Amino acid sequence: MIVPYGHVIVLAGIIFLLGLLCAVTRRNLIMIVLGIEIMLNAGALAFIGASLRWQQMGGQAVALFILAIAAAEVSIGLALIVSVYRKYGTIHVDILEKSTR
Amino acid sequence: MTIHSIIFYLLSSVVIVSTGIAVTRRDLVHAVVYLIFTFFGTAMIFYLLGAPLLAALEVIIYAGAIMVLFLFIIMMIRTEPSTAPLIPPGQWWPVIGFCLLYITAGFLFMYQEPDFWVFLTPAMATPGAFGRFLFQTHWLSIEIISLLLLIAVIGALVLGKPAGKKPNKTNGNRI
Repeated sequence: MIVPYGHVIVLAGIIFLLGLLCAVTRRNLIMIVLGIEIMLNAGALAFIGASLRWQQMGGQAVALFILAIAAAEVSIGLALIVSVYRKYGTIHVDILEKSTR
Repeated sequence: MTIHSIIFYLLSSVVIVSTGIAVTRRDLVHAVVYLIFTFFGTAMIFYLLGAPLLAALEVIIYAGAIMVLFLFIIMMIRTEPSTAPLIPPGQWWPVIGFCLLYITAGFLFMYQEPDFWVFLTPAMATPGAFGRFLFQTHWLSIEIISLLLLIAVIGALVLGKPAGKKPNKTNGNRI
C-alpha cells in the first residue's frame, strides 16, 4: 500500500506543467532547454507509476529510453545554443528575434 | 497512512517546491542547482515505486551528467541576469490557457478514471531481472537508442566545430 495511482499521475502532471511554463515563459534559451528536461522527467515518472500499477516492466523500459533520449536531446540542444551564441553573441530570445529580422 | 505514503508525500513536496523555485530563478546557476535537488527527489520516488536501476541511472545521467553539462555551458556563455519581468506581457495568455487546460484535464481524470483510487502495491524490479527483460524483449529498441546517441555525438561535434574555410570554398566555386 503506497499511495493511490492517481496521486503519482497528478504529481507527474504538476511537474510537467511547471516545465511547460518554464519553456513557454522564459526568454533564455538555456531555461527553455531546462524546461524540456523537466517535462521529459515528468513523463518518465508517469511511466514508472503506470509500470507499478499494472506490475509490468514495460513502463520502466520506456522510462529508460526517455532517459537516453533526454541525454541525446540535451547534447544537441546545448551544441545549438553554443553555435547560436558564437554567431549572434547572445542567447536571449527577444534580442535574437530583433537581430535576425 | 503507511511509512511508504509519508515518504512519497514528503518527496513529492520537495520535488514540486524545488522545481517551482528552479523555474523562477533569474540566475541560471541557481536554477540548475535547484534542479539537481529535483532530480535527486525524483530518483528516490523511482526507488519507492520499485525501479532501483532507473533511480541509479537518474542520479548518474540527469543529476550527474546533464546538469554538469548545463553548468559547463552556463560558465562558457557569459550572461548577466536580466531585469525584465519574469513573464513577459505577451506570454500571459498562453500561460493562463495552459493552466486552465491542465486543471480541467486533471479534474476530469480524477472523476472519470476508475484506476485513480487504486492503491499501488509495493513491488521491486531487481536490476538483474530488469536487464534480462530489457535485452530479451526490447533489444531492437536498445540498438536504435545506441544509434541515436551516436548520431547525437556526431551532431554535437559538427555543430560545435567553428566555422572555418568552408564558406570561402563555396564562394570560390560560385565565382
